Amino acid sequence: MIDVLYFAWLRERIGAPKERLETGAETVADLIEELKGRSEAHALAFSDVSAVRAALDQELVEDMSAPIGGAREVAFFPPMTGG
Amino acid sequence: MSVRVQSDPFDMGAEVDAFTARASGAGAVVTFSGLVRDEGGTLTRMEIEHYPGMTEKALEKIRSEAVTRWSLTEAMIIHRHGPMKPGDQIMMVATAARHRSDAFAAAEFLMDYLKSRAPFWKKEYGADGETWVAAKDEDEAALERW
Repeated sequence: MIDVLYFAWLRERIGAPKERLETGAETVADLIEELKGRSEAHALAFSDVSAVRAALDQELVEDMSAPIGGAREVAFFPPMTGG
Repeated sequence: MSVRVQSDPFDMGAEVDAFTARASGAGAVVTFSGLVRDEGGTLTRMEIEHYPGMTEKALEKIRSEAVTRWSLTEAMIIHRHGPMKPGDQIMMVATAARHRSDAFAAAEFLMDYLKSRAPFWKKEYGADGETWVAAKDEDEAALERW
């Protein structure tokens, strides 16, 4: 089981801050493809993956080909706007 | 605490006094605070979302990199989340070093990294409704100078 977290407009489009699911996805990109099939809202949220960033166990991933490995938490969010 | 993530406002003056007191050996202290702009009167409020857990880790990582790189005697980051209004303080950084050039450079480094590597997202509310603030290409480009 993996916890999938959503922030900002991804959270709004999906309609939930978090979901827990069973996945066989090997990479973050694979997981995104799997999530897109869950609902229309998911498909819309991930329609432009270039606008999405991801973190595995709270570490930002360089790109979506990152292997999920034994990560327990994956998060999806838009580019950050701190400061 | 050198890194704080909180919804409460902070007292910049008191924070700088306490910071300066623990920055022993420093000859220079640089501070910066970021405010909510009113965008020419069109912005009524702002809401900042963050990723509890990752935020603290990201800020600590950014801070320790600055401390190592510029041999700082002390560095701190305070960043708020939650509802804010124009003029409110969103965040502050302070750096202390033996000489001012290191303190200034480290403060700029902290700010550049906070912009695009700390998991915060700003939403603005105004007369035209609500909008998530988009990340700027120049903020990403600013990281290249480091």
